[in-house]
Amino acid sequence: MEPPAVPEEEEEEEEEEGAVPLSMAPGPVGCQLFGYVGIEAVLDQMKIKTMKTGFEFNIMVVGQSGLGKSTMVNTLFKSKVSRKSSQPGQEERIPKTVQLQSITHIIQEKGVKMKLTVTDTPGFGDQINNENCWDPIIKYINEQYERYLREEILITRKRKIPDTRVHGCVYFVPPTGHWLRPLDLEFMRRLSKIVNVVPVIAKADTLTLEERAEFKQRIQEDLKTHAISVYPQEDFDQDPEDRALNDRIREKIPFAVVGADQEHQVNGKRVLGRKTKWGIIEVENPAHCEFPLLRDLLIRSHLQDLKDITHNVHYESYRVRRLNESNRPGLSPLNGLPAKGEAGSHL
Amino acid sequence: MSGGLACDSLSKNKKMVCVQDVTRNDDLRNLSLSGHVGFDSLPDQLVNKSTSQGFCFNILCVGETGIGKSTLMDTLFNTKFESEPATHNEPGVRLKARSYELQESNVRLKLTIVDTVGFGDQINKDDSYKPIVEYIDAQFEAYLQEELKIKRSLFNYHDTRIHACLYFIAPTGHSLKSLDLVTMKKLDSKVNIIPIIAKADTIAKNELHKFKSKIMSELVSNGVQIYQFPTDEETVAEINATMSVHLPFAVVGSTEEVKIGNKMAKARQYPWGVVQVENENHCDFVKLREMLIRVNMEDLREQTHTRHYELYRRCKLEEMGFKDTDPDSKPFSLQETYEAKRNEFLGELQKKEDEMRQMFVMRVKEKEAELKEAEKDLHEKFDHLKRTHQEEKKKVEDKKKELEEELNNFQKKKAAAQLLQSQAQQAGSQQTKKDKDKKKNPASRNMPVS
Repeated sequence: MEPPAVPEEEEEEEEEEGAVPLSMAPGPVGCQLFGYVGIEAVLDQMKIKTMKTGFEFNIMVVGQSGLGKSTMVNTLFKSKVSRKSSQPGQEERIPKTVQLQSITHIIQEKGVKMKLTVTDTPGFGDQINNENCWDPIIKYINEQYERYLREEILITRKRKIPDTRVHGCVYFVPPTGHWLRPLDLEFMRRLSKIVNVVPVIAKADTLTLEERAEFKQRIQEDLKTHAISVYPQEDFDQDPEDRALNDRIREKIPFAVVGADQEHQVNGKRVLGRKTKWGIIEVENPAHCEFPLLRDLLIRSHLQDLKDITHNVHYESYRVRRLNESNRPGLSPLNGLPAKGEAGSHL
Repeated sequence: MSGGLACDSLSKNKKMVCVQDVTRNDDLRNLSLSGHVGFDSLPDQLVNKSTSQGFCFNILCVGETGIGKSTLMDTLFNTKFESEPATHNEPGVRLKARSYELQESNVRLKLTIVDTVGFGDQINKDDSYKPIVEYIDAQFEAYLQEELKIKRSLFNYHDTRIHACLYFIAPTGHSLKSLDLVTMKKLDSKVNIIPIIAKADTIAKNELHKFKSKIMSELVSNGVQIYQFPTDEETVAEINATMSVHLPFAVVGSTEEVKIGNKMAKARQYPWGVVQVENENHCDFVKLREMLIRVNMEDLREQTHTRHYELYRRCKLEEMGFKDTDPDSKPFSLQETYEAKRNEFLGELQKKEDEMRQMFVMRVKEKEAELKEAEKDLHEKFDHLKRTHQEEKKKVEDKKKELEEELNNFQKKKAAAQLLQSQAQQAGSQQTKKDKDKKKNPASRNMPVS
């Protein structure tokens, strides 16, 4: 947030001593502190509080079957998150329609508790006729927003509203090396409007580095031509440093990733990787694949940002749509939601 | 589509697992990580976000004029918030809010200090608490309005809700004034109250202890709920517990520095000694600063939002006629309530409109009748006048005739008289002529008469 505008009557600069306050002034006036007050202790207080309440993170993985989605999630969170690998040997047929499976786990690291929910979408893009295969997904995402909205408009609200909204959707693009397929474009176009979409090139070990670079280039152009804004979206960059940081990330989107959950010995170290006849592909080696970048983006640096954008942007636009919808007469509202105009009274 | 949306279309296959409810922990699996994932940086991420946005903190100072509110604020935040001292002539209590931006290392704090000007100065203090309560409610209302908007921007909303209320108790040494009790009772469900004894350097140590316990017992017996320092978090539980024993904090404020030993310290210099503000033996200022800023600032903000604001919101919405429903049945339609209210309102409007219309019609009729009456009157008058006028005219005509007749008669008489006169004249003149001739003729008598 930019510093608020300085009121006109103030003669001195914001940071100088002896600020001139205005009675009933809505705009704040800068003051110089003569000594240590201890305001920065509020940061620690916040940290302690958030660690106590814990975090929630909901991620969705979308892509055709066989692209390594479950493996990728396991690699990301270094544990057997997905059911597929935790129950080996189970025969999974391709479902006739897209069905969503959600699994929730609690993971803890250095005192930070996180409730992780991974939603898988088996059946996506697997049929012969894939028209509208994104509908169940869109519906699921909207349902989570709906749930949150309902909780929010209750009279007696819970202290902490359970957050099941999808914070990030990782879309797996098959490594064809050519362009984005119509299915990919359609899906990403529709979904980037309601959720943060992070496209990745799956099974990137089938592409050489040059092929990878070209493929990425073409994908970026495709996305630009179709005006699909994937995460990190340009419109939500808050300040120049944010923008610089995000620009660097945007150059590399989509990340070419390889997933692996087995460890092998490489140079005396145990690393996660895929063992093939021609070598071992180290998942965490930036020279081999871009998995570390994806992990850093999703978890280490932008997790809070993903949640914030979901809450402040996507959820709000859903809410606006929903409240405007129930405004129109003749439409039976899904649930009772207040219809109101902005200039009008309360509800 | 009815309720129970979440699992309807999702469940076709028995292998489906719907999203678990947060509160049911038994279904959640704890997973062990086989390596460093990296989400332990989450609290830092969160804090960084807040740092870039800045924090808001709003303090309300309630106390009599001259009790040391502004000085204490200056001392607490180690700066000079310039303000002129208030007079004692205020007709009523009013609240003055001032905002300041403080920056310490990388934390930006938007501090708003709200002062009660004129508190305790009036002769009749019955209504003193009202402006304060109204102000607090107004801030809640503003937030609620923003929250209920369709297009809202809560994440960069400048929060003006009062997070802490410092209640300044006058150092009488006996007990709480009834004004204090009444005001605190009105405020305790709306804001976090932290009572402090102001100008504590006027109370001796032994009296202070008695004073404090008297105050606390009075507060308890009157059911005033002051802010409880949180003791559920291990890191702060201990310090909070030890500090709460010293409530209400007896503070001394000063922005002037006095040389003590070889250091400059904030103090008040008296002929009999120096009262050091930051000396814990002299006063509880350090404790107040610890509790208010360094330990519980975030908790104060949270309590305001989750307890006081929610209570206000609930009361307000219930007042407007909305209610939730039991979790089993469909969520009660706020839409329906709204529609019902709207129809009611429209019906009333219609009724009023009809009433007004009727009244208007009636008035028009009345006016018409009046006007008709007036018209009739006028006509009558006109007729009357016309008649009168005609009569007068006739009279005048008659008189004119008479006059003309007279005139004619007179003319006739005049003419007759003139004729007679002229005849008489002629006869006379003939006679004179004969006489004249006769006179002439005697001369010629001697002559032959011709």
